[in-house]
Amino acid sequence: MAVPQASLRYAMGVKMNNTKIQFLPDDFELAGHDKTAHLNEIFAGRSYWHDILSRFTGNKGAIAGLVCILFIIIMAVIGPSISGHTYYSQIIAHQNLAPRIKGLEKLGIFDGSEVINTSTGTVRQNRYISEDPGVTTGLEDIYYWFGTDVLGRDIFTRTWEGTRISLYIALVAVIVDMCFGMVYGLISGYFGGRVDMVMQRFAEILNGIPTLVIVTLLILVFKPGLVTITVALAITGWIGMSKIARAQVLKLKEQEFILASKTLGAKDFFIIFKEILPNIFGQLIVMSMFSIPNAIFTEAFLAFIGLGVPQPLASLGSLISDSFKSFTTHPYMILFPVIVLAVIMLSFNMMADGLRDAFDPKMKEM
Amino acid sequence: MKKYITKRIIISVITLLVILFILFLMLELMPGSPFNDEKLTEAQKAIINAKYGLDKPIAVRFINYIKAMISGDFGVYYSISKNTPITSLLHTRLPISLRIGGQAILVGTVIGLILGIIAAMKHNTIYDTVTTVISVLGVSLPSYVFAMILIYTMGFKLKWFPLLYQAKAPFQSSVMPTVSLCMFTIATIARFTRTEMLEVLGSDYMLLAESKGINSFRLIFRHALRNALIPIITVLAPLVVGLMTGSLVVEKLFSIPGIGSLLVSAIQSNDYNVVVALTFIYSLMYVGIMLLVDILYGIIDPRIRLAKEDKCEEKTSSH
Repeated sequence: MAVPQASLRYAMGVKMNNTKIQFLPDDFELAGHDKTAHLNEIFAGRSYWHDILSRFTGNKGAIAGLVCILFIIIMAVIGPSISGHTYYSQIIAHQNLAPRIKGLEKLGIFDGSEVINTSTGTVRQNRYISEDPGVTTGLEDIYYWFGTDVLGRDIFTRTWEGTRISLYIALVAVIVDMCFGMVYGLISGYFGGRVDMVMQRFAEILNGIPTLVIVTLLILVFKPGLVTITVALAITGWIGMSKIARAQVLKLKEQEFILASKTLGAKDFFIIFKEILPNIFGQLIVMSMFSIPNAIFTEAFLAFIGLGVPQPLASLGSLISDSFKSFTTHPYMILFPVIVLAVIMLSFNMMADGLRDAFDPKMKEM
Repeated sequence: MKKYITKRIIISVITLLVILFILFLMLELMPGSPFNDEKLTEAQKAIINAKYGLDKPIAVRFINYIKAMISGDFGVYYSISKNTPITSLLHTRLPISLRIGGQAILVGTVIGLILGIIAAMKHNTIYDTVTTVISVLGVSLPSYVFAMILIYTMGFKLKWFPLLYQAKAPFQSSVMPTVSLCMFTIATIARFTRTEMLEVLGSDYMLLAESKGINSFRLIFRHALRNALIPIITVLAPLVVGLMTGSLVVEKLFSIPGIGSLLVSAIQSNDYNVVVALTFIYSLMYVGIMLLVDILYGIIDPRIRLAKEDKCEEKTSSH
């Protein structure tokens, strides 16, 4: 490597403060015509995205979140079809059965027995296998992994059906953020002046109405269902994103490279989408990841106050809401939907945190 | 400063008017009427509509409506409790909701601040990790999950607190709702305090204050916390939203006779006046708090106020 020795001496000279700099003939040598000569050969140049990827994979929490999300996506795809029951089929004889899993039952867990608290005391009972050897219940060979609900429907299938809806909501949230919030913020921030004034007042007024109110009124006007929830999220979900996008544009638009692009005759939309957007895309991705848990939260909340998807469809929120009525007697009914919901929310939050740290390492170091 | 405050107030008032108009329009477009009893004949329906002024044109009703809202007259119930003025029931229900919400904000803020300060001071230790875990859990789990855990453990198994709200024992009854509501506040405040404190603790003026020999208590509370608190004010608005949403569910779970559970039942029974009145009250609180946050922020941090006065065009609401 061609390291000019004078520069080393100069660096030392700064430290010592009184060394005089003298250039000797052997201080300089020809760098050669190889264009990569200035690159450090030990560390290859790393692109921005490669840097982010390595920071992200170094974050245990974020990776755990990602793995959980992948697992949940896989289960949402295959889950409803592997237990042999459909989410709407109900067998009245199979009401309120506790979870029972083949193989695990010998260990004393998930063996189909449950402890029931009644006013007369606690009773441990197993409704799959009768205690009296002479009596058969007809359920000895039946396995419900997560148990059944009050109508005799398989909770395992319903839980993963509900997960599908939550993941769909997550997708809607990201699309709304990216398609509407981002563009709105970019345009508002870039053009400024009267356009910004009008667009910001509109967003401010819409933001002034509690989301809860917009969503409930919408669901009253239309009828409860997935389409309505989607529309409700589309109306309210983009405001946070538009604010972030606008703030980022305001930071960038006075910078020299934008001026340079303008001088070269670039059109406004070229500047917005080709010059500004790639520079702020990281922050926007992080923001949209944070809006996913919010959207899932909203759906679960709506389902809980009875404005969710109609029966026999199930969402995690409606499963929790339904089984709440009997959760002191059959806690297992509520346990699995709550766990899945909690894992989804936690994973998305942890992944969003990890992404934020990867895009903005300053936050992590603090 | 005066100009700034006036401008904020005007925007808030316009926001409220727009909210009223949207509410009014949406309820106009809603299918069904509060009088959908099949036994009513057309003539009887007309009489009832005339009695409640529902036969007049939309514009007239809207103007009447604004007039009534300003004077605090929210009309009467149609279906929940017939012909009772809404205002009278609000008098009994609003304080309950406000008290539980207030308790949740207070407890949540205090605990959140303490956790945040500890996490920032003992950065990268087990305390920090525990606080991070608590804040991620608090942000991730809906308040009704906490409410259910509390109901099952403290209410059902241990029987420490009543499962449902009892008017005779308002304090014991409000413990579990408050705790389940304040988890979100704790998480948000702790997270924010931690980040802000870390930033302040790493600054040069803290190094200076430390090297002057100021004792650590004074250092934290007088020098660090005061500066870290400024941005925390901005999370107040999202917190209030979280509390409002949470209160609906939590009030329903614990059968608390507050405005949240009233709104849910009003939505389910198409009770126009109640929905609009409660929505208006919710929006009023929300807009009021946003206004307060903006003004407070301007007073505390002169940089923002000056920046906003300098270029009003660039002005952004700071939340």
